[in-house]
Amino acid sequence: MAYGTKVLDHYENPRNVGSFDKADPAIGTGMVGAPACGDVMRLQIRVNDQGVIEEARFKTYGCGSAIASSSLLTEWVKGKTLEQAGQIKNTDIAEELALPPVKIHCSVLAEDAIKAAIADYRKKNGKDENVNAA
Amino acid sequence: MRKPIYLDYSATTPVDPRVAEVMCRYLTMEGDFGNPASRSHAFGWDAEKAVERARGEVAALINADPKEIVWTSGATESDNLALKGAAHFYQTKGRHIVTVKTEHKAILDTARQLEREGFEVTYLDPEPNGLLDLGKLEAALRKDTILVSVMHVNNEIGVIQDLAAISRIVKPRGILFHSDAAQSAGKIPIDVAALGVDLLSLSAHKVYGPKGIGALYVRRKPRVRLEAQMHGGGHERGMRSGTLATHQIVGMGEAFRLAREEMETEATRLKGLRMRLLAGLSDIEEVYVNGDLEQRIPGNLNISFNFVEGESLIMALKELAVSSGSACTSASLEPSYVLRALGRNDELAHSSIRFTMGRFTTEEDMEYTIRLLHEKIGRLRELSPLWEMYKDGVDLNSVQWAAH
Repeated sequence: MAYGTKVLDHYENPRNVGSFDKADPAIGTGMVGAPACGDVMRLQIRVNDQGVIEEARFKTYGCGSAIASSSLLTEWVKGKTLEQAGQIKNTDIAEELALPPVKIHCSVLAEDAIKAAIADYRKKNGKDENVNAA
Repeated sequence: MRKPIYLDYSATTPVDPRVAEVMCRYLTMEGDFGNPASRSHAFGWDAEKAVERARGEVAALINADPKEIVWTSGATESDNLALKGAAHFYQTKGRHIVTVKTEHKAILDTARQLEREGFEVTYLDPEPNGLLDLGKLEAALRKDTILVSVMHVNNEIGVIQDLAAISRIVKPRGILFHSDAAQSAGKIPIDVAALGVDLLSLSAHKVYGPKGIGALYVRRKPRVRLEAQMHGGGHERGMRSGTLATHQIVGMGEAFRLAREEMETEATRLKGLRMRLLAGLSDIEEVYVNGDLEQRIPGNLNISFNFVEGESLIMALKELAVSSGSACTSASLEPSYVLRALGRNDELAHSSIRFTMGRFTTEEDMEYTIRLLHEKIGRLRELSPLWEMYKDGVDLNSVQWAAH
């Protein structure tokens, strides 16, 4: 399968790879997907008192498009409020990376990951809202 | 070193230059371009002579009589002709067929078609090492079983089925025995008499011959009958009509002749390369060889690198031409059906890479491959949340995954 240049760039130079301490109350963790399906994404966000995402980290088991989708996501969410980050749509990711139809599910997974990370943060900090998590 | 390094010889092989040279003599006005079926002039006679010589070479590699070789367009057509041809001819005797879940799609899809036509097919599960349990085969045979089809060598994992033992179970019951030998011909010895097969599918392009040509061995003593699937001028004793592709046929003949001469030394060399590759990867954690390592053709190594997804690994190995699953199925997102049939879990099936070495693979290629794999597996595992969890001692089977 031929990959687009943006996918290749993120795959070869993934941004913000790594982990935060899950137990830290300022950290929201979202892990979505399943090994049996061939992709697992873990996205972590560090949120400040103003509800702004200061930093994001990811690790992804999956194809190049899944890695690229999560890498891109870490760049996009940085500096956004939780509300803004929660509005990122999979179609925006798919469009930016020019994902082919068979790889759209990778962008869906990325959207699920940020929603799950936000929900985790809110739950930990007693701000559990009815967020549409994965 | 030329890159990417070709390590996908089970998908196809380059035509050996010696084969290409022979083929070129059967195309132009200056060459023997005639129709082998033309009886009235020397152009036809010369072409026929070349075709019959090639038939002899193909027969010689498998210890058959040249009259038992039917030219086809490749192993897929041979499989179709064998299964449909035998099923249609012998359907008044019975309508039950037995095969294996790890067969090539050319068998499985043909079997599905026969099911649609009213035949019954039993698909046997192989053992975890990829080999067939003979007891399970015996138990699956019925009074109305007319045909058993078991591939000689599996295209993904390279394991060798014991055809002689299978034949000893199948033949006394008067059941026909077919085998797809596309992946074994020219790699390991084949003796149709000793193996006791009635029908055997062959391909040229896996043996350094051209694409688009193959053959079906059809036993004459006792005679095996087939209903033709391609009708026309009655070529190939009525079993497969169509003008014979002289240049393709001489190419297959020359390729099979070279294979017969060089197989033994080549097998030893390839086994050495595979042992080097496997030894070079042995210090990487969580690596699993798929399929039996002993009952396996020399040039195949199929490995799962746990916690690394196969497609991203192939992307990382862009300097290597390797495949994940077989080339026929890699367009889909499903993990290999062959590995799943072995009982491999989906994670390991998703993480598999097939390396197949051949005539032009060098020791230098193996050393480069080993270095590259160390580097890329390390990098992708650093990216993998599953690897981190494994390292932290988390049992991945105990995690509640959000399936999607």
